[in-house]
Amino acid sequence: MEASGLAASGHAALPRRLEAPSRRYGEKVVYGLLAACAILSVLTTTAIVISLIVPTIQFFGDVSITDFLFGTDWGPTFTPASFGVLPIVVGTLSVTLWALLFAIPIGLGAAIYLSEYASPRVRKLVKPVLEILAGVPTIAFGYFALIFITPQIQKIWPGHFLGGPPLIFNVLAGGLAIGLMIVPIIASISEDAMSAVPRGLREGAYALGATKAKVATRVVFPAAFSGIVASIILGISRAIGETMVVLIAVGSTPNLTFSPVQSVQAMTSFIGTTATGDIPNGSTTYKTIFAVALLLFLMTLVMNLISVRLVRKYREAYE
Amino acid sequence: MTGARGVTSEVLSKQPRKDLIRNTIFASVLLLTVAIALAGLGLLIGKNLVDGWSRLNLDLITQNNSSIAENAGLRNALIGTLWIMAFVILMLVPLGVGAALFLEEYGSRTSRVTRLIEVNIQNLAAVPSIIYGLLGLAFIARAPLDLGYVVLTASMTLTLLVLPVVILASREAIRAVPDSIREGSLALGATKWQTIRRQVLPASIPGIATGVILAISRAIGETAPLIPLGAATYVSFTPGPFTEFTAMPLAVFSWVKQPDPEFQTLAAAGVLVMIAVLVVMNSFAIWLRNRYEQSW
Repeated sequence: MEASGLAASGHAALPRRLEAPSRRYGEKVVYGLLAACAILSVLTTTAIVISLIVPTIQFFGDVSITDFLFGTDWGPTFTPASFGVLPIVVGTLSVTLWALLFAIPIGLGAAIYLSEYASPRVRKLVKPVLEILAGVPTIAFGYFALIFITPQIQKIWPGHFLGGPPLIFNVLAGGLAIGLMIVPIIASISEDAMSAVPRGLREGAYALGATKAKVATRVVFPAAFSGIVASIILGISRAIGETMVVLIAVGSTPNLTFSPVQSVQAMTSFIGTTATGDIPNGSTTYKTIFAVALLLFLMTLVMNLISVRLVRKYREAYE
Repeated sequence: MTGARGVTSEVLSKQPRKDLIRNTIFASVLLLTVAIALAGLGLLIGKNLVDGWSRLNLDLITQNNSSIAENAGLRNALIGTLWIMAFVILMLVPLGVGAALFLEEYGSRTSRVTRLIEVNIQNLAAVPSIIYGLLGLAFIARAPLDLGYVVLTASMTLTLLVLPVVILASREAIRAVPDSIREGSLALGATKWQTIRRQVLPASIPGIATGVILAISRAIGETAPLIPLGAATYVSFTPGPFTEFTAMPLAVFSWVKQPDPEFQTLAAAGVLVMIAVLVVMNSFAIWLRNRYEQSW
């Protein structure tokens, strides 16, 4: 691989030495340093897992696993404390559901438009704007949900429909804001996947008399399916893990409800409100935070593994 | 005789009416989705502009945070953010570029170690940011590293959070440098590291810089991972590198939580400042990408 590997003494008779004049220890040092940088990512994962699992194991010394996973009463900081995690899991999932109901159609529509319909000029204009949207601080989305989306929902919500009237802190406002936040993720990754579909496939369909809409939905969409799925799953991971929006706009009442206009507590907002720097190490509250975080970590990990498998299963490789 | 061309154009012009109508409807729906996404961003910025306009002046960044809304500003939070980001850049660039170089230049596509690291980075990119905050709390602020709730703790946590962004961008930039450049350099007797340092890195700097800027702009806006690190929202002193820390998004978050309407105005103005920082940094990244990116 390196010149030093070829070095062998005793060829002094040759007119020009091709081997390196030194053993090139510097090269090996560089290799080691770069390898260390790469290994850091593995160490980070290990550190995350250790820092979550150790307090969680201690937590399950205090609280039984079944009480935690299947209990419907969440109040770890109350007296008497209750540790049924279901209300906050349902809270997280219902916020995620509303986010996806908004983000999937909008994100995929934008992706198809950008990849199939938009002129290069429009694309050059819209894509950077979507990039800006992707970078807006999450706290801004949370604040937007609280001061803009919620009042609109309260204005148009039909009375007692689905558990109305809407509260100031509600699932739907947070879900829509998170949806807006993940639109650019879904749009840009899906658009990349659609743009990668070779021109020949589209032209074949056009030659058979298909309209643009048919080409987009029956040719490009299925061919780019694995990338589209990956984009949606990444969006789900983001929605599940989003903290500031739910903290600001969805509230912190651990109700077990499916109503979109009631206040709930999401897993991340529990962590965000409870995990402040001054909680004592080893207290039950401290351990509870890490147990919830481990559950959250596992949820995103499962999402990622599903994504990897689906992408592999449906991948269409084009040369 | 009409010939093949005539037949073709006749068939094509007789596309079923139903299909053509559907096509138009479909196109309009798509346009609508794009419009909704853009309108969302427009409303978000517009609403904050309307609400925050009256506090959008120099006092916003020259006054320290305060419990009295009239006197509150972002000064110390801004200085805190600058210190945090300075350390982030110091750690982020070498670690991110180093990892990318290792994966692209030294790792073989098929090696187990490379694959393991790749899957790892992919996983890390999807881990919720608040979990990085807990990692910072349990690993960096307390034992084993035990640094306490200082600027460096915040910087290390944010570095780990945005590292995957830089690694991915750097890998793409490094991969875009054609092998012929490397082979030419090696043929002239340069060592592998000399080739990387004098040929590969200079050619991939625009791509790497773009990735770094985007990562930094994300790190500036992150609030959630700082919450478990004992961040203070009111710091009476000017933050330095080794003091307790505060940061812009935390100050804004503290205002969002206040019921006083004057604080709401302030929060809107704060959000605008953060969006402005983001837009400036992203525009710079896009400019850099367009200006210096070379195709081989």
